[in-house]
Amino acid sequence: QQIQEDLNKQLFDNLVSFLRRSHSGFQEKTTEWTCRMKTREIPTAALVLGVNVTDHDLTFKSLTEVLHNNVTPYIALLEAKDCPGIKNLMRKLIGQLMNCRVDVDSLEEEDYVQVSQNRIPCSMTSLISWYESVTKKTDAGTPRKRRTSSSRHWQSPPVVVMFQDMESFTTRVLQDFIVISSQHIHELPLVLIFGIATSPMIIHNLLPHSVSSLLCIELFQSLSCKEHLSTIIDKLLLTAQFPFKLGEKVLQVLINIFLYHDFSVQNFVKGFQLCILEHFFCQPLSVLCCQLGDVKKKVNSLSHNQCENIRRLPSFRRYVESQASEQQIALLTEDNSLKETIQKLLEDLHIYHENYIPVLRCLHVFTSSLPKYPLGKQIRELHCACLENRVWETEEYESSLQLARMLNRSDLVTMLQQCVEILVSSPGKEFDEPVEKLKEFLTQFQKLEEEAFQEWDVSVSSPKELQKKTDLYHLQKTLLELKESRRSKKLTKFEMLRFEVIEYIDSLVRNYLVPADHKTLHEIMYFNTASVLREHLNAAPRIALHTALNNPYSYLENQALKSDGGSISNKAPDICIVYKLHLECGRLINLSDWLEAFSTVVMGAEGPNADAASSDHVDDVIHARFIRAVSELELLGFIKPSKQKADHMARLTWGGC
Amino acid sequence: GVKVRKDKAPPGDGVRGFVKKLADISDDEAQEVLEEKSYVSSLGISAQGSAGNGSGVSGGEVYSFQTPKRSSKMAELASELAQTPGQSVEPGHSEGSEKTAKTPQNSSKKYTFLLLMHVFNLLLQSKKKEAVSTTPYRLRKRLPAPDLSLESESEYSASCSEEEDEEDQQEASTLSSGRKTPAKTKASCTPPPRNTSARKNKKDKMNNLVEEYFEAHSSSKVLTSDRMLQKLRKRRLDQQTLHDLLKKAPVAYAAEIKDLNQQHESLFSKWMLQLHLGFNVVLYGLGSKRDLLEKFRTSVLQDSVHLVVNGYFPSITVRSILNSITEEVLNHTGTFRSPLDQLEFIIRRFREDSSLELYVLIHNLDSHMLRGERSQQILAQLSSLPSVYLIASIDHINAPLMWDQAKLSLYNWLWYETTTFKPYVEETSYENSLLVQQAGALALSSLTHVLRSLTPNARGIFRLLAQYQLENKDIPSYPGLSFQDFYQQCREAFLVNSDLTLRAQLTEFRDHKLIRTKRGADGVEYLLIPVDNSTLTDFLQKEEEEV
Repeated sequence: QQIQEDLNKQLFDNLVSFLRRSHSGFQEKTTEWTCRMKTREIPTAALVLGVNVTDHDLTFKSLTEVLHNNVTPYIALLEAKDCPGIKNLMRKLIGQLMNCRVDVDSLEEEDYVQVSQNRIPCSMTSLISWYESVTKKTDAGTPRKRRTSSSRHWQSPPVVVMFQDMESFTTRVLQDFIVISSQHIHELPLVLIFGIATSPMIIHNLLPHSVSSLLCIELFQSLSCKEHLSTIIDKLLLTAQFPFKLGEKVLQVLINIFLYHDFSVQNFVKGFQLCILEHFFCQPLSVLCCQLGDVKKKVNSLSHNQCENIRRLPSFRRYVESQASEQQIALLTEDNSLKETIQKLLEDLHIYHENYIPVLRCLHVFTSSLPKYPLGKQIRELHCACLENRVWETEEYESSLQLARMLNRSDLVTMLQQCVEILVSSPGKEFDEPVEKLKEFLTQFQKLEEEAFQEWDVSVSSPKELQKKTDLYHLQKTLLELKESRRSKKLTKFEMLRFEVIEYIDSLVRNYLVPADHKTLHEIMYFNTASVLREHLNAAPRIALHTALNNPYSYLENQALKSDGGSISNKAPDICIVYKLHLECGRLINLSDWLEAFSTVVMGAEGPNADAASSDHVDDVIHARFIRAVSELELLGFIKPSKQKADHMARLTWGGC
Repeated sequence: GVKVRKDKAPPGDGVRGFVKKLADISDDEAQEVLEEKSYVSSLGISAQGSAGNGSGVSGGEVYSFQTPKRSSKMAELASELAQTPGQSVEPGHSEGSEKTAKTPQNSSKKYTFLLLMHVFNLLLQSKKKEAVSTTPYRLRKRLPAPDLSLESESEYSASCSEEEDEEDQQEASTLSSGRKTPAKTKASCTPPPRNTSARKNKKDKMNNLVEEYFEAHSSSKVLTSDRMLQKLRKRRLDQQTLHDLLKKAPVAYAAEIKDLNQQHESLFSKWMLQLHLGFNVVLYGLGSKRDLLEKFRTSVLQDSVHLVVNGYFPSITVRSILNSITEEVLNHTGTFRSPLDQLEFIIRRFREDSSLELYVLIHNLDSHMLRGERSQQILAQLSSLPSVYLIASIDHINAPLMWDQAKLSLYNWLWYETTTFKPYVEETSYENSLLVQQAGALALSSLTHVLRSLTPNARGIFRLLAQYQLENKDIPSYPGLSFQDFYQQCREAFLVNSDLTLRAQLTEFRDHKLIRTKRGADGVEYLLIPVDNSTLTDFLQKEEEEV
């Protein structure tokens, strides 16, 4: 129950954050393009949305909302699957327009709408007359009501028609619609929006010139899905607000699915939901995964069994072992002392999270601008690296520190400022000291700058000295000397300071970015079984079939089935034998040969005790089994009947699987 | 080599490309190549005994489709399987070594190498044919053309290919006189490696796989034995006897299968939770998942509204699914113009009334009737409703191809692997497989059934047609009986008196799907009974008995 609640809240938050994101993207655009309307041509907006088709639904929904609130009440959203023909399109369009008008206006109009819907003349003229009547009515009939809304809306609000997935519309339908509506454009202020997944060129591919010339197209690029992902990760994972966290592998799997499969933010969110679900379902201690405020209550209400569960956690055992012996006994035998410790530990964990995130961001500030991005460009990569193991032990970290030591002054100062901002804005209490320290660094840099000006004057003079010497030999000598002195010269003040800064950041990282696995009780908060996730989200049915057929032992753990290599025992299930035999064949399979081979195998399996005398009866059974196995293979799609030759099957797969 | 391949190389160039690739294999691989070679040659020697097809082909035989002696191979494997119960095969045996090459765990290098050998041989063979027909001069003339491009690429490759040219040339001349074992001589001339070869190799290998595929599928001729089931068979089995026989057959590994199923059953509560949270569950894996879903239904869904769809049923349609929802779940009597309207209605109802809940269980979501794009779209939209919980099973290996991204997101699947190893009893019983003999029995009973309800004259008409068809059964391209001839015959037998009565009769047959009409090339109508000959013979025998 509690779990459920927790979960729903998070899901909601997920979606809201996503929506908000897409909103802001479109807000400025919509206001921009509705301002310019031309008389002859239909103003058209082409939205290039990218390949993440699954997210388009949400995007368009939010876009409709925004438009509805800010621009016009008349919006129709058309999808290709609803509109196989121009007639369906018109019906859908009119239906949607009239429905949404009902939303805006009062109930008295409803019967009128009902009538018109029953008739459904479905023509442009009816649409126009409807539009005129609506605008007139709203102008004259209900001026007061209109006023309130039309303060935001236009004098004659445009009718917006959105084509969500333009590529999948039939070209004829689109062409017809555009041609028809272009003839009525002076009566009906129509605006089209095309949602495009591939590239803007598609408009010209789909529509002939005569049609596309009727459109006045403006192109808009929506935010890339990667940015959506980063915001979601930012909002969900990199906050201390949600107690639930993803383990490194799980996050990796989710990101991989996103990057290599679908680019769909929605699917990412879905995967995240699944993680939450799995975690709460499988981990009995997940009751403790809640806001810090509730922890005390929950810990106190722990039953004895749950306490035992906690004692069994590997991370807790490690903790116990590190304690003094009498403490150990207390922890292992008394529930009450255990509860106290748990509470303390959970608080520790919470504080760890609070500290972890700002420091991670600081580190990201430093590493994200380094050449070649040894620790990754995105904060999620850094996050993964930190979760995986002690980040300061990795080579990448070494090299990035190496690079950071060569940063120039201005970059360093801006970074430090950013870090200070991040740390100040974070809720953690332990950051006073680091902030102080960083500020101190900043002031030192300022001082250095002033000093540098003075030094500059000094250094300028030295080249002048050089120029005086005209003798080549002397010149060489002085240059060598200069070089010597430079090498032996101590680091400049700036370099010293820079070194110090990096050292300090390093110490921060070592302090706060300990991977979560090393923390006691991390099992409560972290979900780390990536295999489950992969199994359910990114399944491979074909591989499952293949292993089942090739190696039945992996499922049916019977000793008789055990075999190694590619061979298969003759005691395997019928379908496996038939499958194995069929692999030997070419494109066509002779059924009678197949049957013969099968019966040989099966007879061999039954052994010599099946004597030849009773073979007549046995043969029938074997035959039946063969038939069953073959038709099962057919159901699975490995073979199909062939007409090329009598009594032959055609193979549908190629190669070994 | 890559360049040459790009523009539909003539066979000669192709061969050279492959040879060059062999040559390109870098030094560390060269050692392996040597091993492979000995491996292949040993294979060849052992295969010679069984296939007797020359050592050149043996490499390719492992993974090809067109090797001639396939049937014997299958028999061999079968006998071998029969002999060695549950043990690994001894490595010395030729079959055994071949099979290890076949396992996917094996190094891909080995695999591609064998493939390569095969393609190489195929190409050589094709070239052989060409070389015999054309003069060597023409061959030479064609070959140097692509060299120009190669020369710019690298000095060495050009010289290498020239070398090959010469060898080709030699071979072309020798081939006309006699046989050779070309593959090995070619492969043995492995020149020193090139530093850029690795990347190229990869590409070539990919190309190779593709070419291999088309090689295997290009020629329509497939060599299989001509043996027929009919000669082997004493009698055909119908559905009932098949069923009975299968019942007699012992179920193998019953205990293990039961264990497996119990594991799956423990997931039921999880499924319920996930279904309620907006996911839908799809089950995959070998074995019938029907019993599992039934168990799920009886144990969990007893008290809730649920709909079971037997997707494997041959006459199921989306429309019937939607109808049963509207009529039985929503108690709506009324028809809809299109499934889309119906869907909209359902969606609206479910949106309005949040207390409505519906579990939909679909066995075989990937069946023939439901796998169409439009039906999947409708089902996906249905399943995306928050109060409709879908749990489905799929079996076909290519089933996931049904769904694009949009549908997948509508379905919101959670995949569960439930390999049950249970026989697909129900699912396959409707299948009209060519091998399963039930089709005949069904058709026969329906034939007699329909005809019994007809007039004697009509029966006579049908018998006439059947007899004619049986008389002509040996003609492979038998088009059917033309309408005019048929009319003539019927008149002579005093069965009809006019063109019109015959047509009326035929319409009735057609409505019962007893005959099929086809318009020939000359515009004449041909009549055909779409039943196989043995059934027809049975039918006529029965008729005669009755008469």
